[in-house]
Amino acid sequence: MADLSRDDVLKLARLARLTLTDEEVEQYRTQLSEILKYVEQLQQADVEGLEPTSQVTGLKNVTRKDVIEDYGVTPDDLLRIAPKTEGRQVKVKRMIG
Amino acid sequence: MSDSQWKPIAQIADDVRSGRVKAVDLVEQALKTIEDKKDYNAIISTTAERARDRAASMDEAVKNGQNPGRLAGVPFIAKDNILTFGAESTAASNILKGFVSPYQATVVERLEAEGAICVAKANLDAFGHGVSTENSDFMVTKHPEDKTRVPGGSSGGSAASVMLDMAPFALGTDTGGSTRHPASLVGAVGYKPTYGLTSRSGVVAMASSTDTIGTLARTVEDLSLVFDVIAGRDPLDGTTIERDAAGYADSFVDVKGKKIGLIKEWMDEGVEEGVRKVIRAAADKLRAAGADVREISLPSLPLALAVYYVLIPAEVSSNLSRHDGQRYQFSVDKAKDLDESYTLTRGTGFGKEAKRRIMIGTYVLSSGYYDAYYRTAQIVRTKIINDFNKAFDEVDFLIGPVAPMPAFKIGEVDSPLKAYLMDLMTVAPSMAGIPGISVPAGRNDGNLPVGIHILAPQRKDRELLGISKAAEELFK
Repeated sequence: MADLSRDDVLKLARLARLTLTDEEVEQYRTQLSEILKYVEQLQQADVEGLEPTSQVTGLKNVTRKDVIEDYGVTPDDLLRIAPKTEGRQVKVKRMIG
Repeated sequence: MSDSQWKPIAQIADDVRSGRVKAVDLVEQALKTIEDKKDYNAIISTTAERARDRAASMDEAVKNGQNPGRLAGVPFIAKDNILTFGAESTAASNILKGFVSPYQATVVERLEAEGAICVAKANLDAFGHGVSTENSDFMVTKHPEDKTRVPGGSSGGSAASVMLDMAPFALGTDTGGSTRHPASLVGAVGYKPTYGLTSRSGVVAMASSTDTIGTLARTVEDLSLVFDVIAGRDPLDGTTIERDAAGYADSFVDVKGKKIGLIKEWMDEGVEEGVRKVIRAAADKLRAAGADVREISLPSLPLALAVYYVLIPAEVSSNLSRHDGQRYQFSVDKAKDLDESYTLTRGTGFGKEAKRRIMIGTYVLSSGYYDAYYRTAQIVRTKIINDFNKAFDEVDFLIGPVAPMPAFKIGEVDSPLKAYLMDLMTVAPSMAGIPGISVPAGRNDGNLPVGIHILAPQRKDRELLGISKAAEELFK
């Protein structure tokens, strides 16, 4: 089931927005296949009547009041992290060719 | 254990508060040790300027009769995936090069509020993905006792820094063993608390359903004092839980009469005989001190690693999607459009292991495979939790090895799957959200440190630290 082809790896890389070199594609093809084969043992486990777990401490609906609190970080501080800005906006490359 | 240049943390803080010792001298002592031992590659950057400033104002405050707190003047080192002022926070990844955080992690804020002083940022496997620091995009940290070996990981720089005496304690993170594993390999004490007891705010996210902040020190006493300062609810992390009303600093639990289960599934050929020998000897010492140590079976534990390597890459692929070349400093400029900016930045900025995990995660979450992998893994996670619950109906604590082998040679573990197998025993407690610790238990025939894993039910952190304090004495 999990013997990945070169095309499978390229498709995954595309979905994950990653460029890969040819050498990487071949490496990942064998490595990912090996890892997926290992985790496939889960499909043999007896899971009859069990529910999935997504969180472990039983917390429910943790809410807070809808008020602004000052944590000492300004929008300008956050803008300074971005690689490119213009005015008070983050500047990105064009989206449509 | 070799003698440390640092006194017990409580005593250092007391010396600073009383004015007997200056915080500036402690900071210089830490920075000098870091400089003297820089060829171990434990440290990515220092926060020297900020540390010196904070120390100077603290000494001034003491002179004016003020109390800087329970950790007054105590230098510490933070893993570089924990956001701090005073240096870049890179998570040892190229894709975060140049990132200077505008805020600090809650755990760092809490330490500072009690007077502790961050002096440096420690190396790690990039984003916490690994067991050796060999997946750092920058360098490999060397084992404090043997430069041809790894210190474990992913918090390998933090663990090594403690045993290299660079500071009295260090912060790590532990998603599937990243604090316990290196602690075991270098002979430090390393703690992973109950999930939710330490705030994840300001910590570079790896897998949000199991990420915790780990503490590393030379003794359980030092570690407990630090943990007492960082633990508890944080409005900035909705998954945090209430701390124990009794606190964590002064806990002591006598081993006499305690029921302790030695996990059967962790004592088979998946673990080196030299490690098992140390664990068996430790179990005998606990017995001799009056504990009721019995073998106990948790039959689903051999599946934990497969569960982990489905669920964690899934969460990793989602958490790392924010590193897209538009938000943080690192960005490939030659891209012709936005899509190419994403793919080129991510393709060149992420190291090999991050890309591997992102693609596994993308695979197991994709439609058509979701039920077979992701959902099945979530259900087997329930099975593992049920096994722990059942075991804790019978015993107070569980013990076993932390890692299947002691510190290995740099380059020795040469495939991703082989590296994943090093997590064999640390991932199950993470899946169940229960607390676990690595306490130095002895040495193998090659004189390398071996840690013992002690586990307790969720929210029994106080009890776990208490018995660890007792156990540590027995194993000395």
